[in-house]
Amino acid sequence: MLVVDALSKLYADGTQALARVSLTIEAGSFVMITGKSGCGKTTLLRLIAGLDQASFGTIAIDGEPISGTHPAVGVVFQEPRLLPWLSIAGNVGFGLTHLPKGERRARVAEALRRVGLAEQAKRWPRELSGGQQQRAAIARALVAEPKILLLDEPFSALDALTRADLQDQLLALWQESKTTLIMITHDVEEALLLADRVVVLRSQPGHVVADLDIALARPRLRSETGFETNRRALLAALDRPSVHLEF
Amino acid sequence: MTDAFAQASLADRAGKAAARFRLTFHHPAWAYGFILPVALAIAWELAVRAGLVQARLMPPPSRVAETLYGLLRSGDLLTHSAATLTRVGSGFVIGAVAGTLAGAFCGASPAARRLLDPMIQALRAIPSIAWVPLFILWLGIFENSKIMLIAVGVFFPVYLGVLGAIASVDRKLVEVGRAFRLSRAGLVFRILLPAALPEWITALRSGLGLGFMFVVAAEFMGASEGLGYLLVDGQQLGKPDQILAAILAFAVLGKTCDAALVLVTTPLLAWQDRVRDRL
Repeated sequence: MLVVDALSKLYADGTQALARVSLTIEAGSFVMITGKSGCGKTTLLRLIAGLDQASFGTIAIDGEPISGTHPAVGVVFQEPRLLPWLSIAGNVGFGLTHLPKGERRARVAEALRRVGLAEQAKRWPRELSGGQQQRAAIARALVAEPKILLLDEPFSALDALTRADLQDQLLALWQESKTTLIMITHDVEEALLLADRVVVLRSQPGHVVADLDIALARPRLRSETGFETNRRALLAALDRPSVHLEF
Repeated sequence: MTDAFAQASLADRAGKAAARFRLTFHHPAWAYGFILPVALAIAWELAVRAGLVQARLMPPPSRVAETLYGLLRSGDLLTHSAATLTRVGSGFVIGAVAGTLAGAFCGASPAARRLLDPMIQALRAIPSIAWVPLFILWLGIFENSKIMLIAVGVFFPVYLGVLGAIASVDRKLVEVGRAFRLSRAGLVFRILLPAALPEWITALRSGLGLGFMFVVAAEFMGASEGLGYLLVDGQQLGKPDQILAAILAFAVLGKTCDAALVLVTTPLLAWQDRVRDRL
């Protein structure tokens, strides 16, 4: 369980990115954080990842307060950020150097198989498509078996087909591993298709304006009535006109 | 109809000949590099033969080649080249290792950079040759002072190259290292140095070039062998052909060493996503 308590972030220039954000996220859940640009969602994720320091407030995993990066927390960035001088297998095994070689190799092979990149193990990152690179980045984060995986708009740079493909794959990985997923998205559909719960932030300064449970059965379809109801609720929370879309 | 047939066959043959011509003269890209030097050498030779230039001061390529061949046969060329190469090699290794370590250290640690970089930059402003008298006093007139001078010459471009390369490593990749909780040393060896590798190799190449520059200076200051000695000897005894032969040997040696460095380091850069033209 991840507990974020009264988290605030003030930058040196005086802008307040987050103001007393509190969240309790159950282990094994899939939470989406959404909101307009500049609402502080990336700041929140970076604080949980330990890449930035909070000005006030605490973060605790299973009751243990954390500051800085933590082995139980994995990160997938908006860009794949693979290291270009390592093969795909080398990138996926990057965080496993403390393990003996045989075990490392086995775990890398397993992780690559799970994201469908077993054939690409020996290739350079530049030889892969954007979608494949992002899958390798997900494998790199998951192979360390984090309790919590943070994803910062991981599919936003991909084309629609690849995105749908990766969304399915992420869902399957989540159901298999039961890792807690906390993902940022600006895509309402993506949030409703994947998550158990959607947290909406609003800016100046960043605070939680809505926290919706999405109690829809999976696999989800955009055409379901429940989906549409949730979509209206989410758009209302985002303060957007609820345009009706035909599918 | 037979006529048309014969014509077609003739055209066909001409086409094949043209293709053969293209294959022979078009193919090796490196051959282009020889066109100008060879043309110049021929022009020079002709100019001397025609009496337009004094052969005494401007020995024609044939004389230079003769001298070079003589030096090669007597084994002198090998001895002098080996002496020069040993000096450049030793100085280059010392300078490159020191430059890489200092550059990596200052690149990775802001405190080290604040402390060391101003001093290193100040030392860099001193013309390296200015150290010569001091090196001779400290290390003697023989090999050590020469190697030291070359090492100093190699150090600065390598140091600057590594420092600059580390400073320009993508922040996003550094963050990956942080997300994986790398130690400071882990960050240096697993992220910063590999990312800096291409620029490091470029820095090594310019360092090697400077190494050859400084070996001449070092051999001018009193040596009994080495290509630089051949230059001085040729000047003192009035043998321009020997000077030109030594210069030619320098060109070949320098180019060969650079090519070897490129050859050895190319596999390290196989991951790069860019057009690598022939170097």
